[in-house]
Amino acid sequence: MNDWPLYEIFIRSKNGLNHKHVGSLHAADAHMAIQNARDVYTRRNEGISIWVVEAKNITASNPDESEALFDPAEDKIYRHPTFYKLPDALKHM
Amino acid sequence: MDSTYSMEERFQLRIDKEEKIEARDWMPDAYRKTLIRQVSQHAHSEIVGMLPESNWITRAPSIKRKLALLAKVQDEGGHGLYLYSATETLGINRDELIEQLHTGKAKYSSIFNYPTLSWADIGAIGWLVDGAAIMNQVALCRTSYGPYARAMVRICKEESFHQRQGYDILLTMCKGSEAQKEMVQDAVNRWWWPSLMMFGPNDDASPNSAQSLKWKIKRLSNDELRQRFVDATVPQAEILGISLPDPLLKYNEKRGQYDFGPIDWDEFFQVVAGNGPCNKERLAARVKAHEEGAWVREASVAYAEKQKNRLLSDVAVA
Ligand SMILES: [Fe+2]
Ligand SMILES: [Fe+2]
Repeated sequence: MNDWPLYEIFIRSKNGLNHKHVGSLHAADAHMAIQNARDVYTRRNEGISIWVVEAKNITASNPDESEALFDPAEDKIYRHPTFYKLPDALKHM
Repeated sequence: MDSTYSMEERFQLRIDKEEKIEARDWMPDAYRKTLIRQVSQHAHSEIVGMLPESNWITRAPSIKRKLALLAKVQDEGGHGLYLYSATETLGINRDELIEQLHTGKAKYSSIFNYPTLSWADIGAIGWLVDGAAIMNQVALCRTSYGPYARAMVRICKEESFHQRQGYDILLTMCKGSEAQKEMVQDAVNRWWWPSLMMFGPNDDASPNSAQSLKWKIKRLSNDELRQRFVDATVPQAEILGISLPDPLLKYNEKRGQYDFGPIDWDEFFQVVAGNGPCNKERLAARVKAHEEGAWVREASVAYAEKQKNRLLSDVAVA
């Protein structure tokens, strides 16, 4: 099984929704990964579309850099609608 | 975060705040090792757990029962896969895990070393063994390691059908002839105590439990889970109209829970040590399936290789 690459599996549960990561599995190639993903991850109508991506092709952000990457968003409260006070007379916006 | 904290302390702070730990996050070596042991043991149990039940697939009493049992056993194979995948995120590969199972280095749940003697055993397994597993797995949906927790959520969604199909088998048999009811009682007599052992040694005899609870790998102690299982199961036995093989089993008004008799831990440790009724048979069946499936794995690689070359030559022609 060492020869079988690891695939990450993404399933769209129904049209209108994103493909979502559900797990991973080993397969000889992408085609087999889709077949196995069907058997393993969609036995109860969980999906209508499958993406498989070989795990080695995914580039991920480094968790050690999380603070540098994501903290700057924290103090930008003016990006949220709740930052702006509206007059009481205004019913909807 | 404050740099005066050590890595371990920072890790524990994250755990205390109910943050999930993900695969590439820093974690103490012992946390990683404990998880690899626990999650792979769990994966092995799902896979070996298919064996006692597969014994009855071809002998199920009706097509409906056969379909349900097939679906359940297939689910268990899927559970094994979710858990092997979760284990692999901790930096160990599948071949090593399989190797550990086949050489006896890794354990699986001892319950699967008992034989399935009659059709009622299939009912008793679904009701009691899956029931006990669910009790444990529902708690593990909140485990601190993200990939393990997600596998558990997926597994729990699938498990409740397992317990119901087992209970349904017993309900039907209990409404049948005297002989059928006796089969149910006999199966329950044999599966009750091993099911209680599934939760592991008593808390005072479980040295690693405290650390696992602190790291929130485990969310409830062995004894807490066992008590919950007994409390949930006794009323279900009453509805079946059968007895549970424990003369000390009694509702304790003061505690609002059932008291039950002492567990025969000698038997438990004997089975763990490899001396249960079916240990050798189970492992041999596992190894045989793996070895006899070798040609399929090899053929799949050869076929994938051929397809890749064909694609390449198509490109060259174009
Ligand atoms: Fe399972
Ligand atoms: Fe199950």
